[in-house]
Amino acid sequence: MSEQTLKRVDLIFGEYSNEKYKILADTMKRSNEDILKDLLDSGLRGRGGAGFPTAMKWKFTADTISDEKFVICNADEGEPGTFKDREILLRVPRKVFSGMAICGKVIGASKGYMYLRGEYRFMLPELMKELDIYHEHAKNLGLNFPIEIRLGSGAYICGEESALFESMEGGRGEPRNKPPYPTTSGFMKKPTVINNVETFVNVLMIMRLGPNQYKKLGTTDSRGSKVFSVSGDTPIPGIYELELGMPLDRFVDEFGDGDTKAVQVGGASGFCVPRKKFKDTVIGFEGVPTGGSMMIFNSSRSMYNVLHNYLKFFEEESCGQCTPCRVGCQQLRKGIVAVKKGEKKAVYLDQLMKLSESMKITAKCGLGQSVANSFSSIVNNFKEEMIY
Amino acid sequence: MNECQELVRELADKYGRNRTSLLPILQGVIEKNNYLSDTCMTDIAKELDLSAAQVFGTATFYSFLDTVPRGKYIIRVCQTITCDMHGKKMIIQTLEDMLKIKVGETTPDKKFTLLETNCLGWCHEGPAMLINEQPFSGLTTEKVHDIISEYINK
Repeated sequence: MSEQTLKRVDLIFGEYSNEKYKILADTMKRSNEDILKDLLDSGLRGRGGAGFPTAMKWKFTADTISDEKFVICNADEGEPGTFKDREILLRVPRKVFSGMAICGKVIGASKGYMYLRGEYRFMLPELMKELDIYHEHAKNLGLNFPIEIRLGSGAYICGEESALFESMEGGRGEPRNKPPYPTTSGFMKKPTVINNVETFVNVLMIMRLGPNQYKKLGTTDSRGSKVFSVSGDTPIPGIYELELGMPLDRFVDEFGDGDTKAVQVGGASGFCVPRKKFKDTVIGFEGVPTGGSMMIFNSSRSMYNVLHNYLKFFEEESCGQCTPCRVGCQQLRKGIVAVKKGEKKAVYLDQLMKLSESMKITAKCGLGQSVANSFSSIVNNFKEEMIY
Repeated sequence: MNECQELVRELADKYGRNRTSLLPILQGVIEKNNYLSDTCMTDIAKELDLSAAQVFGTATFYSFLDTVPRGKYIIRVCQTITCDMHGKKMIIQTLEDMLKIKVGETTPDKKFTLLETNCLGWCHEGPAMLINEQPFSGLTTEKVHDIISEYINK
């Protein structure tokens, strides 16, 4: 191994105990304050992309008084270039269920749900079997926290937490206004903790290792490891668990094909980093955050095509509820086509840029707000490809 | 009682008659019939004591809840960036040639429907497609030939 090799971590997928649900059983004996303190000390931030401190989310929900509370595992993994949650659910489902049950105890929830994207329906029989095993162990532990799996039906927006609640409640997956936040009004308007699949696994590993050992991984702003989904122009696509806070140039050295032109960090809603900025870009909450999606493009790829593909994606997946996103996504895509065809002058790109900035401010949810991320980072860094 | 009413009643017995049961019931009908007919959606509305507009509204939101007749096997080819980069066009071409239909169409024998869809989560093994719920990745022309031949004979 050369010194360039990025440190591999085996926290998420590693074996942790021969005894099924051992850490869950141990954790159940601890006080809620103790568990929350460990979580807070660990510095864990949500692994779905937004990076909200997990301990805070749990504490706010625990502090809300209600007759009913819920825990939801967001397995609606739809961000282009992300496929790690599927792998986690296939390989270590028990860690996910355990993390959910710990959350249930801490916040005082009566029930847990997993919202699995419809595209992953093929996993359902296997997960149901695992769920039976979980329920059996929960019963033996005297733990009254049933978990139910709900399926999505092919809508990216349902990965947005309030859209997911709407979907589970039988409605269109249209995001709600915030506040109120899920910690006070989530599923069925009850206090709800909703976390990504990987976040729940991290919780369990913190319970096992203790916050101090966990903190040894990563940087001050980005504690722990992260499961990355690597795809695109790479000889070794797949799932890799790496420390957070790594510089992008080292990532490219290891995963690129030697001709890497750009890396899209965080999927279609993330940022496109061009070659000249690899060196100064850190992957983590202090730099460019990611829910795990790392798509690599080499110099044979047209960044115009890449952007067009993203915009088409957003145009189709926009829920259509608010005007900035519904109309904005269409206009951005039509706009770059017009510039490319020469129907509009190159300066029109500046106007489109302004439109994307307006969407960032005025769109109702993260989908419309984040279109500007990929739009501006691709147009700014590859302007000539947009025009000629 | 028509066939759909019976199915809807069965599903409502299983999942409940609340608004929260709506998505599982719609999914259950799709699993059986491959699409949601207008009468079927009206039946669901009656069974759950909702307005037809609520049921239509929810159903038409989701790309996997088809409201037009579909074939027995719905093929959804991923059109998102990495699958596109790795030869999605060729896969679509192969499927169109084999099934003699275009994207969005259903074969006259109602066996196959060919559609494009957004990211399926197989970016590391693209191009990828779903046939009903079953994913297929790492597709090549040959592989598509083998898979579809098998389905044709099913």
